[in-house]
Amino acid sequence: MSNVPADLRFLKSHEWARLEADGTITIGISDHAQQALGDLVFVEAPEPGRHVNAGEACAVVESVKAASDVYSPVSGEVVAGNADLGGQPELINTDPYGAGWIMRVRPDDKAQFASMLDARAYAAALAAETH
Amino acid sequence: MGLRTPLFDTHVAAGARTVDFGGWDMPVNYGSQIEEHHAVRRDAGMFDVSHMCVVDLRGDRVRDYLRHLLANDVSKLTQPGKALYSCMLRDHGGVIDDLIVYYMNDHWYRMVVNAGTRDKDVEWLRQVAADYGVTVEPRTELAMIAVQGPNARAKAASVMPPEIAQRALEIGPFFGIDAGSLFVARTGYTGEDGFEIMLPAEHAVALWQGLRVAGVAPCGLGARDTLRLEAGMNLYGNDMDETTSPLESGLNWTIAWEPQDRDFIGRGALAAQKASGDTRKLVGLLVEDRAVLRSHQKVIVAAVGEGEVTSGTFSPTLQRSIGFARVPAKTGDRCEVEIRGKLVAARVVRPPFVRHGKVAIAL
Repeated sequence: MSNVPADLRFLKSHEWARLEADGTITIGISDHAQQALGDLVFVEAPEPGRHVNAGEACAVVESVKAASDVYSPVSGEVVAGNADLGGQPELINTDPYGAGWIMRVRPDDKAQFASMLDARAYAAALAAETH
Repeated sequence: MGLRTPLFDTHVAAGARTVDFGGWDMPVNYGSQIEEHHAVRRDAGMFDVSHMCVVDLRGDRVRDYLRHLLANDVSKLTQPGKALYSCMLRDHGGVIDDLIVYYMNDHWYRMVVNAGTRDKDVEWLRQVAADYGVTVEPRTELAMIAVQGPNARAKAASVMPPEIAQRALEIGPFFGIDAGSLFVARTGYTGEDGFEIMLPAEHAVALWQGLRVAGVAPCGLGARDTLRLEAGMNLYGNDMDETTSPLESGLNWTIAWEPQDRDFIGRGALAAQKASGDTRKLVGLLVEDRAVLRSHQKVIVAAVGEGEVTSGTFSPTLQRSIGFARVPAKTGDRCEVEIRGKLVAARVVRPPFVRHGKVAIAL
């Protein structure tokens, strides 16, 4: 069973997001997503300063099995990409909600974050997907 | 629900993620595919390959039958137990399947064919057998476990009955022995030393658990794919099928042209293709950028033409992406591959990429 932390928001496409104290949003892929992809071998995170739109593919995670786009759940400016993933893409496998974060975005409109799935809704979506 | 091997419940209990492979529910990994890969390169790993089909071929004219059926020539097999890798072709030269055949005695050969092609293989084997009075017996009651890696033979022998273990440790590369309760062959699909062990399905779980206790790591089909690619071994359905000939699949070495009067199925088509000289070829590719080759990506060879990646992956041993591609015959030592909308430079290399734990190409 995959881990779905109660304090995060999710997209059906398996991204997670956390609202930080400074108003930025940290984004990664869920435990379910990393399990499905298998061992990560490359991660391409966006450059800081880039403006992304909600629903836009802005990072790529590539595993031994497949490449997959990571969609931004919110519109805003990228303030950081996780540089550690360049040398250690496996951080996404070992700690998808912690050291395996992918990017941080300063949202144009916080309402987009609020409209994401909560943990219960995401867990229900996962259950529906596997049955 | 797909077909299940006798080890399916054991895999699930060990935390395997399973996938459909040729109609079978098979473990793809038990956690980390890369760790499983390294276990085979550095120590010992095991694969459930019970989905593959063992077929026994018996009859007074079984040798003549196989000399007609296969592109490689079983008359090379003079010592009992010796194995041969071959393609089985249609008349037009397309590959029905690739297989291993063991010469057991003058009236009995044992063949191992792929899971996804089992039904059409058996049908073809029987169709051709009619003229030779050969019986074709699929041994679906047998399970098969491949134990691979530098320490695989020693660890596997440690769990066999002593009299079988001693015989097993004496067999040479590409030989198999029928040791009663076990059929043990020194073959594999990883580029490492090891055994492939066939045994009655009801004993498979006990052998698997024994091997685990002996320190052999369970490995899934994910690691099996990266290992075979590094070892330069084709996968049927990816790298060749009925629309491609062995000449276009890097398998020229498996065609026995001599003696010239041996009339094997597909010979005429292969000879015509060879004479035309305008065949495509299967090559190895190595990518230096941070991008991963995948099946069906387009290959562009400047001033020559286009081709296609047939298999691609990230090589855990090389820490680079490697693959095979079918390209025009005139392709030199460089090409480009279209990966996710970008053109990425690749080097054309001669597989294997890795052999017996060591890098076998210039990086």
